[in-house]
Amino acid sequence: MAAFNQLNTYLYLAVILFCLGLYGVLSRRNLIAVLISVELMLNAASINFMAFNRFLAPHPAVGQIVALFIMAVAAAEAAIALSIIVALYRKLKSINIEQANELRG
Amino acid sequence: MSLLVATLSFYLVVAATVVGAVIAVAARNIFHNVLGLALSLIGVAGLFLYLNSPFVALMQILIYVGAITIAICFAIMLSQPLYLPAPPRNPLKIQGAAFGAGLIFIFLGLLTRQTVWTPAAERVNDWSITTIGHYLLTQYVVIFELISLLLLVAMLGAIVTARGGRGSA
Repeated sequence: MAAFNQLNTYLYLAVILFCLGLYGVLSRRNLIAVLISVELMLNAASINFMAFNRFLAPHPAVGQIVALFIMAVAAAEAAIALSIIVALYRKLKSINIEQANELRG
Repeated sequence: MSLLVATLSFYLVVAATVVGAVIAVAARNIFHNVLGLALSLIGVAGLFLYLNSPFVALMQILIYVGAITIAICFAIMLSQPLYLPAPPRNPLKIQGAAFGAGLIFIFLGLLTRQTVWTPAAERVNDWSITTIGHYLLTQYVVIFELISLLLLVAMLGAIVTARGGRGSA
């Protein structure tokens, strides 16, 4: 059977994408780079939903609707995060997350 | 013949996804990160095409590549200047991140390998966009409206936050 007709191919791809995103979140210090990594992780979740929808789900519309909702929530999250980044840069003159420690006790 | 073409283009899409993701997390220049993210998102849209969903693939390109990536570009232009040299990386932090992500990778990979996925007993074979629209306005209408409210609130919140918070003119 061709690789693109197997559920596991997509699941492994989603695992790779998720772990790359996780590595980015943990290792980067630039706030925008962290946001980019979070987008990668959200996409991995989307791929999983769509793959289960294609191969397992009783009705093929449901997974597509969930993927659309993930996109809308990601758009809202990106808008908020980017406005926070702009406000933070105006205040600290830097978007390095290790310098944003004003709430430290 | 068409199977060969389909397989080759599938591997092309997979390569775009993975290479784009690697560029997005590993490159030093933040602008290269955004370009890698765009490549990876286009690859994911290709995967959605292979999963029988051209509508979601188009939405992926429209919303992610068209809107979110451009918004990130604007945030880059409004924050740190690109000509400043990046601070040196902390090797301990890189190793720790690689170790943690590697552990999760092994765990999720084993989980995927060991699980036996059973398809639903009765499966409808209706992939049309009409059905998705029908579902969005009948069974999932509350979530649909909530999403529109969420986007409105996020837009207002973004404006308020970026203008400098409460009280400033």
